[in-house]
This record gives sequence, structure tokens and C-alpha cells, in this order.
Amino acid sequence: MSNMLSGFMDWVNDRFPLKELWENHLTKYYAPKNLNFWYYFGSLAFLVLVIQIVTGIFLAMSYKPAADLAFGSVEYIMRDVNWGWLIRYMHSTGASFFFIVVYLHMFRALLYGSYKKPRELLWIVGMFIFVLLMAEAFLGYLLPWGQMSYWGAQVIISLFGAIPYIGEDLALWIRGDYVVSDVTLNRFFSFHVIAVPLILVGAVVIHLMALHHVGSNNPDGIEIKKKKGPDGVPLDGIPFHPYYTVKDLVGVAVFLIIFSIVVFYAPEMGGWFLERDNFLPADPLKTPEHIAPLWYFTPFYAILRAVPDKFLGVVAMGAAIVVLFLLPWLDRYQVKSIRYRGPVYRVALAVFVVSFIGLGYLGTIPATPVATFFARLFSVLYFLFFLLMPFYPRWDKVRPEPERVTK
Amino acid sequence: MMRKILFALLFSFAAPFSWAGGGGELDSVDIDLRDREALQRGAEAFVQYCLNCHSAAYMRYSRLMQDLGIDEARLKERLLFAGDKPGDTMKVAMDPKRAKAWFGTAPPDLSVIARARGEDWLYTYLRSFYLDPERPWGVNNRIFKDVGMPHVLWRLQGLYRPVIETDENGHERIIRLEQVEAGLLSPEEYDAFVRDLVAYLVYMGEPAQFQRMQLGPWVLLYLFVLLGVLYVLKKEYWKDVH
Repeated sequence: MSNMLSGFMDWVNDRFPLKELWENHLTKYYAPKNLNFWYYFGSLAFLVLVIQIVTGIFLAMSYKPAADLAFGSVEYIMRDVNWGWLIRYMHSTGASFFFIVVYLHMFRALLYGSYKKPRELLWIVGMFIFVLLMAEAFLGYLLPWGQMSYWGAQVIISLFGAIPYIGEDLALWIRGDYVVSDVTLNRFFSFHVIAVPLILVGAVVIHLMALHHVGSNNPDGIEIKKKKGPDGVPLDGIPFHPYYTVKDLVGVAVFLIIFSIVVFYAPEMGGWFLERDNFLPADPLKTPEHIAPLWYFTPFYAILRAVPDKFLGVVAMGAAIVVLFLLPWLDRYQVKSIRYRGPVYRVALAVFVVSFIGLGYLGTIPATPVATFFARLFSVLYFLFFLLMPFYPRWDKVRPEPERVTK
Repeated sequence: MMRKILFALLFSFAAPFSWAGGGGELDSVDIDLRDREALQRGAEAFVQYCLNCHSAAYMRYSRLMQDLGIDEARLKERLLFAGDKPGDTMKVAMDPKRAKAWFGTAPPDLSVIARARGEDWLYTYLRSFYLDPERPWGVNNRIFKDVGMPHVLWRLQGLYRPVIETDENGHERIIRLEQVEAGLLSPEEYDAFVRDLVAYLVYMGEPAQFQRMQLGPWVLLYLFVLLGVLYVLKKEYWKDVH
């Protein structure tokens, strides 16, 4: 029997590099043995991607992308489709958890300098995934066709109208109509279920290929490939499978517990994951009093609103994302990890985190004068974190990195 | 200066969310969805008083039977309109165009109204109608100014007039409502009636919430056991990593 199986595997391996792929990416892919808590979020992001794709496929079986049917079809899923409510809540909760996980994943890179040489492309592909994810979330949010879906899309698309000369035509081209309408809904559906996921999955494959080419960074920020044993295996490396597969599975279980608590007990999450106004069907004639995007966009939305001029606001919002792409070249430290960087970087990172969360909160509330003042303050601090980054090493006290990874 | 900034910071972070249709403070209502009899009473009140103008087009009568423990005989006797079948949804016969002419706006579908407005808002709204001769139906609402809806429940609640106070800036403000004509129910009975109705609306907003709450503990129990097993497995594998 085992002979037959190995014979079959030989037959396959002669025709397809199955064994080679398995070894290169799992059993003989060596990851640093000191990866900590912050390293769970990559595999968790992948898990959420799978959850979104699978639940999305089932939602698309009952959802109707038409202005007069969309809202009702979501309620049909919630009431008449077997397990429809569970699939829908997993998808809506998954959207928010995607951003929680990805923000933590990106924060890890800021802690340990994971974007620095030789991982610049890994970071850029990751940023590209982040932008795609934002596009995917924005497109998907129109589909329930509630008041917030409708007016959120109306506001965001109108931002394109602020671009000089081509703006209005561009916004018209995106909507396919003078206002957000059935045409817009249909094309957003098409983008949401086909175009963007297709590119997203491709980008994730490239992200993993780049990762496995250069190898994982670690909390000490040193390259384990520099110290190899006589067998050519990094001394501080352990095979990804089985060590990190079993470790990541523990992370998966913890994640699913938190995820399930939200899905089963607080799917609206007090209006943060499912907004109240989105339970009112879209009405093109009735503008809601207060339009705010979902929480994961609010830091960037707050930057947009902090700038008095609409076009410059759009530019600032775009720059807030573009500047992240430049991170590998803005960071001039000789060491990667925050462990060996001094107080300057630590304080700067803390200020950045407070600013980002502060902006996130301010983006959810109406723009009162006080809120606008703080949005401007936090926006300036957000950009200063990046723009001053090249100077940090001059002011900071850097400690030498260890030769080998520490516990 | 520092104090000013701190105060401003506190103020800005304490700013509450304003949900649509605001104005005025809301009375909070304590509803218990496990109380099936209250939900049944609420369902009957809904059918009797709301379902003539407001539809609940995503709610099936048969789901009511199943979730609230109503048998078919009772459903047919108390809830179903002539000609409707248990498998139908709660539709109304009123033509939206005519409704718009009568009320100024077509009465909204109430299937998910509780998820949009919240239970406290609904509870307060249905207890906040007052006499206002300037409005077409003779009534206005404290938390929904110039609402198009007549006070359908006036026979039960009776009629109220506003007690108006003028503040130092000359702004008039309604401080409370005062009963001028008693209804069939006492104020306490009316509050209980509205509470049952709101409980029903909350149930109708998401009938799956019963299933959700029932399934949750089992899913979590499974996941905690799984976590235990995976944790031990991880420990076992990682024994030899130093």
C-alpha cells in the first residue's frame, strides 16, 4: 500500500514539483525561532481572506445586485436562507477583522523594521494589498444598499470630482451615472466579487513568494541567514512546518474565539461593524444628518476633513497612504528592531499610534471646531512621524544588535 | 492653556453619537426577548395597529409561529388578514402613492426599523405624541418634529398637550406632556403596551437572534476545547526548540 502511494507520488513529482513546493515553502523553509505575538497576524490575515472568499461565494448565491432588490435580498439572506444570517455576519464581521489584523500586521513592521533591506519589495507588495483591501471594502459596503452604503459611496466618489480638469468626468465615469444608482451598484458588485479579489489573491501569492525568498524578519531584526550550520541551515531557524504551523494554529483558535464572540453576541458591535443607518434602505432624496465611513477608513477620512480645501484634502489623504510606501527609504537606522533603537524612535512611534487612533476616532464624529483642531494636530503628527524619520538616527541612541537571536 | 486643551480633548471625546432623527432625550426601555408572551402580545398589537399602513415585507407569518410559539389556529384567528397564508410576508394593501398624498410621505417598512432606530427611540417616540392644531392630523411628536404619522394609538393612550417653558433667550421648549383626555389604558398600562410592541419590533428586526444566542455557547465551547488541544500540541512540538 505504502509502495503504491510512494509510486503515485513519484509519478506526480515527475510531472509537477509537488515535493519541491512542499519543501521550499514548508518543511525546508526556515523561520527564525524567536517569532513572537506580533507574528500571528500574517497567517490570520490569510485566514480572514479565506473566510471572506468562502462566505462571499455563498452570499453571492442569494444577493441581488439591483437597486430595487439589493436591500431586500440581504434581509432575505438574514431570514429565509438557511444559515444565511451566520454567513452574512461572518462576512460583515470578517471585513472589520481584516482591517484589525492587517493594521496589527503593519504595526509589527514598524516595531521590527520589517520593511528594511532586503524586504522593500515585500513591504511594497503588502502596501499594494492594503490599498486593494480598502478598495474591496469600499466596493462591498455599497452592496447592502442602505443609507450609509449609498451616501458613503456618494461622498467618496465625489472626492474624485475635486481633481482639477478631469475630476467631474472621472467621477461620472466611476459612477456610470450622475448620482450613485443601479448602474453603480451593478459595477461595484462586479468589481467586488471578481476583479479586486482576483488581483488581491494574486498579490497575496506574490507577497508570500517575496517573503519566502528573503525569509522572515524577527523581533531582533537580524538576518538568521548570516549564521548557518555546516548543513546550510540557519542556526536560529526552524522548519516552518511543523513548528510554525502548529503555533499559528493556536493563534487561529484564539482568533476564532474572539471572532465568534462578535458574530454570535455582537454582530453590530454597537454600530461600529454594522451601522444603524444602514438598516434604512438607500434613499437618494434623503441625506442622513451625519455621514461617516466605517471605522477602518476614519483615520484617513479625518485627514481629508482636516484640510480646509477639498482638493488639497484629497491630496493629503492620498499622501497619507503614499508615504507608507516610502517607508523602506525613509527609515535610515542601521538596526531594524525597536529593541536596539533608542528613546527617539520609541516616543515617535508612540505619538504616531496615538495620532492614528485619535484620527480614527475623530473621523467618526461630526466636524465640530474642537474636533477639527485635534484632527489637524494629529494629521500634522501623522506626517511628521514619516518626514522626520530620516533624522531619527542622528538624534537617537542606537545599541548594537546581537550576533544571534535572543529569546 | 494646558487646562483648556485638556478640557477640549475631554469634550471632543465625550461627544456622543447622534443617530438620525434626533432631538430630545430618550427614555430607556428594558425589554426581555425571552418573554414569549410579551412578544406575542407585541405581535398582535403590531398587526392590529401598525400593519394597516406599515408593511413588514421581509417578515413571514410562519416565522412568527415558529419563533414565538404561536399555533396555526391562533395565527389565523388573531394575526392573519383574510386571504393571507402563513407562508406570506407582512405586506399591506395600501398604495404607496396614495399614502404619500395622505401622509406627506409613504409609511416606511418596519421590518428592520428597530435596528435603524434602536429600542429606546421607538419606545420614546410612541409615547411622545402631543396635540398640535397646526399639523394636518392634529398631533406632533416631541422627538420627531412634524412627523407625518397620525397618533394611531390615541384611543389607548389618551391625548396630551405640551407644557412649554420659555428660557432666558426666548426659546420655547417643551418640558413635559400633560394628559388632557384619558385613554382606555392608564399611563402605566400604556407604557407596558408600548414596551411589548417595541420588544416585538426588536425581535422582528432580526428573527435569527434566537438562533444566534442558542448556537453561540456551543461554538465557543468547541473552540475552547480545540484551543486546549492545539496548545498542548504546540507545546509538544516546541519542546526541542531552545
